[in-house]
Amino acid sequence: VKRLTTFAIERRSYGVDVSRVQEILRPQDVTPIPLAPPDIAGLINLRGEIVTALDLRVRLGSAARADARAMNVIMTSEHGPVSLLVDEVGDVVEVDESTFEPPPATLSGAARDLIVGTYEHEDMLVMELDVTRAIDDTNPSGTDVEVEDR
Amino acid sequence: VSSEMDEIVAEFLVESIESLDRLDRDLLALERDPDSREVLAGIFRTMHTIKGTCGFLGFARLERVAHAAESLLAGLRDGSRSMTPEVAEILLRTGDAIRAMLDRIGATGAEGEDGNDDLVSELARLRDATSDQRPRASDRSAPATVRIPEPRSGGADATVRVDVAVLDRLMTLVGELVLARNHLVQLDADRGDPALASASQGIDRITAELQDGVMRTRLQPIRTALAPFPRVVRDLAIALGKQARIDTEGEDTELDRSIVEAIKDPLAHLVRNAIDHGIERPEERVAAGKPDEGVVTVRAYHEGGQVTIEVSDDGRGIDPSAIRARAVELGVLTADQAGRMADRQVVDLLFLPGFTTADQVTTVSGRGVGMDVVRTNVERVGGSVDITGGPGRGTTFKIRIPLTLAIIPALIVTSSGQRFAIPQANVLELVSVDTGELRSVHNAPIYRLRDRSVPVVSLAGALGEAGGARSTGSLVVVRADDHRFGLLVDGLSDSVEIVVKPLGRHLSGLDVFAGATILGDGCVAAIVDIVGLAHRAGIAGVDPVGIDVADRAPLPHVDTTSLLVFADRSGSRMAVPLDLVDRLEAFPRTAVERAGTDDVVRYDEGIMPLASLDELLVDRRRERRYAAEEMPEDLQVLVHREGRSLLGVVVGRIIDVVDEPLELQPASRTGVRGTMIVDGRVTEILDLPALLVGRNERRGTGTRAEAGAAS
Repeated sequence: VKRLTTFAIERRSYGVDVSRVQEILRPQDVTPIPLAPPDIAGLINLRGEIVTALDLRVRLGSAARADARAMNVIMTSEHGPVSLLVDEVGDVVEVDESTFEPPPATLSGAARDLIVGTYEHEDMLVMELDVTRAIDDTNPSGTDVEVEDR
Repeated sequence: VSSEMDEIVAEFLVESIESLDRLDRDLLALERDPDSREVLAGIFRTMHTIKGTCGFLGFARLERVAHAAESLLAGLRDGSRSMTPEVAEILLRTGDAIRAMLDRIGATGAEGEDGNDDLVSELARLRDATSDQRPRASDRSAPATVRIPEPRSGGADATVRVDVAVLDRLMTLVGELVLARNHLVQLDADRGDPALASASQGIDRITAELQDGVMRTRLQPIRTALAPFPRVVRDLAIALGKQARIDTEGEDTELDRSIVEAIKDPLAHLVRNAIDHGIERPEERVAAGKPDEGVVTVRAYHEGGQVTIEVSDDGRGIDPSAIRARAVELGVLTADQAGRMADRQVVDLLFLPGFTTADQVTTVSGRGVGMDVVRTNVERVGGSVDITGGPGRGTTFKIRIPLTLAIIPALIVTSSGQRFAIPQANVLELVSVDTGELRSVHNAPIYRLRDRSVPVVSLAGALGEAGGARSTGSLVVVRADDHRFGLLVDGLSDSVEIVVKPLGRHLSGLDVFAGATILGDGCVAAIVDIVGLAHRAGIAGVDPVGIDVADRAPLPHVDTTSLLVFADRSGSRMAVPLDLVDRLEAFPRTAVERAGTDDVVRYDEGIMPLASLDELLVDRRRERRYAAEEMPEDLQVLVHREGRSLLGVVVGRIIDVVDEPLELQPASRTGVRGTMIVDGRVTEILDLPALLVGRNERRGTGTRAEAGAAS
């Protein structure tokens, strides 16, 4: 059974594998980092740990959110937690895997890299995101930030 | 069982590698002094232990090599063989072979196929070769056999091996505690609740001590970084046809282990450089009236809360005129500029990327590491490098580094409504400026600071933020590489100790930030990397010399002030300039009498009123007098004299008198001139005259009244 944590961005419904979600946080004080790539909203203090907050809108190819006070979906990764900023958080849903469809061939742009496919759930289309790609440190918006290993 | 075995093997590896470092050192010592029985015994013992343990663990090939070496050593020991360069060489090679085998065991768990057969047969050949030139053992006054002393056990019981990961974890936790403490102190400042204040002071003190204690557990003697050098020097000198040795001093000087790691390469480079470029060939040395053997000295010592490491040689020294010529040849400077530059500035050119005066590039100092990399690496851990010396006088490189990295003092500034942390290590001074005072050369703003112009960079501008059109701000004068510049910020907010946390991988490409930290109110602030920022702003890197050739600031010459450092009753460190203190006195509690509302003592044929620090620093601590039962047995008193009036300031404990440049960071409370780091601790410098004026105002009395009381 596939269980997804769902959330909404610009009224579209997305889901991520529930096992990769560490926790959901209310809007946090986000410290913006000058010169950072546009998909990086800033840094938040997660109980003493400094966590990078990614603006999922930008990662999906939309304009950056004007206000970083958004819900935080904290994802686990081998390099520590990463926060995805989303508009609204929905339920954890069990999707019917028989309704899975790959993304349409016409889907293009940044979203194409992130969306694994879609599920029908209660007459809604839920787009599953590839967690690894959603939080990785390549820079989907194509600005020239050099990523080096320190 | 297998994990237990792994553990035993791991321990064997650690111990053996440590003993091999010692072995190298001992062999070199033996080469110099072939008659030292003690050194020989040590070498024998090391080899014997390795042989025994690897036999036990079933590393047969390793055992065979160690055994062959031990047999040769036994021959040396009983006098049937003599120490020759050939023997020394083969024993050193044996050490290398064993090290390689240990590395393989560490990496793969097995000792591999290479049995080092050549080496074993060579060792056997040398053992069996008859020695003619050597006096027989019986001819010697020394006993023919050496009693192998028991391994020293003194102090062994008092130490434990601790996994580094445990220490790292502890350091992280202390970092979190420091953050929580900062938060608490901030709450205390906001609330002004006496109960909270005393709890907060307690936590503050304990946190500082714990931080200090945990930091100490991570300290490692610098010896580990210096251990390979005797061997490096020997091999290198032989390869270059020179004669050289290394002397080390202060090998027990301790540093955070991460810093020891970070300076290994720069130090090795400086040592190689000293042999390659510094020390002359024997004939050249003799012609110059020096002994044919050159000496490289590495000295490490603590100085003012930092560690200084000097790498010096007694070689030919650096000739500024050769550097000038080279700089002109490379097009770094015009001949005119080169001529105008002071020698020590010229010498600093050696730190430019790609700058070398070596007539021929040797493989030795090559390795793609130049002096610029040495400086970069040292600065990365918050340190600095200076060169001194001159033609014929040898060269000394002086590296200064902080003791620890994880928790650093920082200045919190505001810019475009955001707060940033600037490491105090980079801060030279703070100036409050009107933007009207800034001048510009074309569109490059400069500020005249004591008759020197300093290029000004707006922090907001450099970070690509909308620059504030404010008319006033603060100029944080910072030093990066060899460049001094002013960082224009909107305001200074605080001077605190911060816990450095890395920026996540998403932001690791941003070289203008060195990390991030969590401030007392829980918000995150980025830590500015001054060197990175300087590069970004074009201060350094692009044309590192051209920027301010005419106007290069000399190394800031600092006047020091004698400071009397003391602690208040809660343990907070404070200081006053010593010249404000007439004398230090101790009075027993019983000597304190009451006169009106004052505590007084008889002193110097008069009466001296006493004031506690609590009373003087009323803004945070409430004005109150020591209750008699709280008063310590002995009162430590600073006697302050102003004209004929005396005042005794009761402090908790006198700590030290130090000479330090007064580099004050802004203070957070009245009566304090500022804070600075003394002996590695944040110390408040009290404004004693202002405190006394404040006290008199509160009491509604002038100094006159006291003058009367004192006479």
